[in-house]
Amino acid sequence: MKIHSQHPSVAKVPTGIQGFDEVTGGGLPARRTTLVMGGPGCGKTVFALQALVNGAHQKEAGIFVAFEESTRQIIANAATFGWDLPALERKKLFFLDARLTPDVVKAGEFDLVGMLGLLKAKVQEMHATRIVFDGIDVLLGLLDDPALERREIYRLRGWLSRTGLTGIITQKSGGTDVDLRYGFLQFMVDCVVVLRHQVVDGSGFRNLRVMKYRGSGFAADEFPITLTSDGLQLSHRGPTELAYAVTDERVSSGLPRLDNMLRGGYYRGSDVLISGAPGTAKSTLAGMFAAAACERGERTLYVSFDEGAAQIVRNLGSVGIRLEPYLKSGVLRMYSTRTRGPNIEDQFGALRDKVRAHKPRCLVIDPLSALSTKVEHVASADASQQFLDFLKIAGITVVNTSLMDGPGTAEETATGISTIADTWIHVSYIVQDGERNRALTIVKSRGTGHSNQVRELTLSDDGATLTDVFVAQGKVLMGVARFEWEQEEQARGKRVQVAAELERLRLQLAQAEAAARLQVVQTEMEARSAEIAVLADATGSASRLLRTDHAVLRKMRHADEDGRGGRRKSGRDKGAASTRGGRGRR
Amino acid sequence: MARRRPQPGLVLRLYVAGHAPNSVRAIANARAICSEHFATRHSLEIVDLLEDPHRALIDGIIVTPTLVKLSPPPVQRVIGNLSDTDQVLLALAAP
Repeated sequence: MKIHSQHPSVAKVPTGIQGFDEVTGGGLPARRTTLVMGGPGCGKTVFALQALVNGAHQKEAGIFVAFEESTRQIIANAATFGWDLPALERKKLFFLDARLTPDVVKAGEFDLVGMLGLLKAKVQEMHATRIVFDGIDVLLGLLDDPALERREIYRLRGWLSRTGLTGIITQKSGGTDVDLRYGFLQFMVDCVVVLRHQVVDGSGFRNLRVMKYRGSGFAADEFPITLTSDGLQLSHRGPTELAYAVTDERVSSGLPRLDNMLRGGYYRGSDVLISGAPGTAKSTLAGMFAAAACERGERTLYVSFDEGAAQIVRNLGSVGIRLEPYLKSGVLRMYSTRTRGPNIEDQFGALRDKVRAHKPRCLVIDPLSALSTKVEHVASADASQQFLDFLKIAGITVVNTSLMDGPGTAEETATGISTIADTWIHVSYIVQDGERNRALTIVKSRGTGHSNQVRELTLSDDGATLTDVFVAQGKVLMGVARFEWEQEEQARGKRVQVAAELERLRLQLAQAEAAARLQVVQTEMEARSAEIAVLADATGSASRLLRTDHAVLRKMRHADEDGRGGRRKSGRDKGAASTRGGRGRR
Repeated sequence: MARRRPQPGLVLRLYVAGHAPNSVRAIANARAICSEHFATRHSLEIVDLLEDPHRALIDGIIVTPTLVKLSPPPVQRVIGNLSDTDQVLLALAAP
């Protein structure tokens, strides 16, 4: 007996189903059997067929045994996924129509021995490595005996392990995970994949879950799946690494003043969220972004919900945004759809397809909230997040609009897109003096400095413009109120100006007066000086005269006093004179 | 029943898979029914699909054993080991 290594690693074959190979770490177990279970319309057949077709593309031949649908039907269905089965059928694929015609009479027990013999021969002929048994319960149900059915399943399983094929058996299951009829099958096989279709609030969700995988780790969560034009897709919402290229390149928002507020525009490849109440010109802003992108020659995709493309083009035309030329040249593509259509996963799947087909550099989703707030379900938020991640990895600049109505939701979005958005612009209405005016603010912008000021957004025939708002008496003034304020300010300004002029003139006059006075004073001073000089001369000679008189007198009277007496005498005379004067005044 | 209006020139072909129990039983049952109900007015060909697997593909045989009434028309198929004689006779005599 061969001794296996301590950690035998299970060889895996990729299914090529987007997401599934990641979740299972490589795909289905090679040379082993996988059971795909699910209710009607879950995508069991598509899953199995896709694994087979992708194998065939990699030169792995496969056989599809159809117990339920005619092979012609299957080939026709596959064509809707763009799988050219007839071409593959020639070399790599073989379809066995294993349906019994209704007129077949059953007379006793039967078995699969003959069919397996045929398949064995076919496998050897084609060197097939993969095989699908789709809806085998349809045939085995005819046995009408659970024991016999089980016997045939065991026979099939034995055959699969002997031939060493990678097998897929699809199995219907009812509401419960464990189907009583073929419950044993889950224990027999090496891998069990459960597909589920659930309806939440009237919207359908498809999920996939790996229930069992012998000898291998796997992500056990339920993953949303979508049926796209490329087949089944699994949205891997597990811990994904957010690895994407980042650039410093800026993209114009289409509004020069908004670019200024953002210090140069949006970052290339970022998510921009424009939120606001209905009618706050969200679509106009988105349209301006799209038009600017087209003008730069960048491929742009405009996705709108609940509003037709033609209507949007007309509406944007009314504010001077012309999209028709770009639509004609093919730079711009518009895609309009209803939100209450297929389930949300499918909608995002369809969007992914559009993105892959058009390969845009810029994308507008108007409004994203139409998609994500549709259902209060964790899957819907997941789906939008995954979609935005997908766009981010593709380096597409996205402008989403988001509707927020009601006063309670002023600056929050139900879906949490706001946390994913790199730049969040909010437009709100300010009602004042019987007017509704639009106020634009940048709530956040990752990695860029941005203006924290409120701007008034006005719409005209030439598009949207941003104007500074006036803050007066602690209030933001807009519209007519602003106009009035501006007028008043102007008048006030004028008044102040006039007053200043008057004051200037008055001061000039005062200065002139002062100068004149100065002149007078100066002249007067000069005159006084001259007077003083004259006076001084005069008194000088008088005192000399007096002194000479004193000397003569003393000489004449032979006085011995030294002249002090004379001075005292004159002082006494002075005092008497002043006393006399005082009396006279009274 | 079938015995009352036997079909002249009954041509049957029985597809079997080697020595699988149902196949072995089917051969025995087919032979017994033919000899008992159709005497000499029949031919029974036995095809072993394990020896000639492509025959199944060409003739569109899904399960074994399968008995095919080729003539008289219409062509009728009976699956199973033919242990339900009444069902077999009903099918072979069907107009």
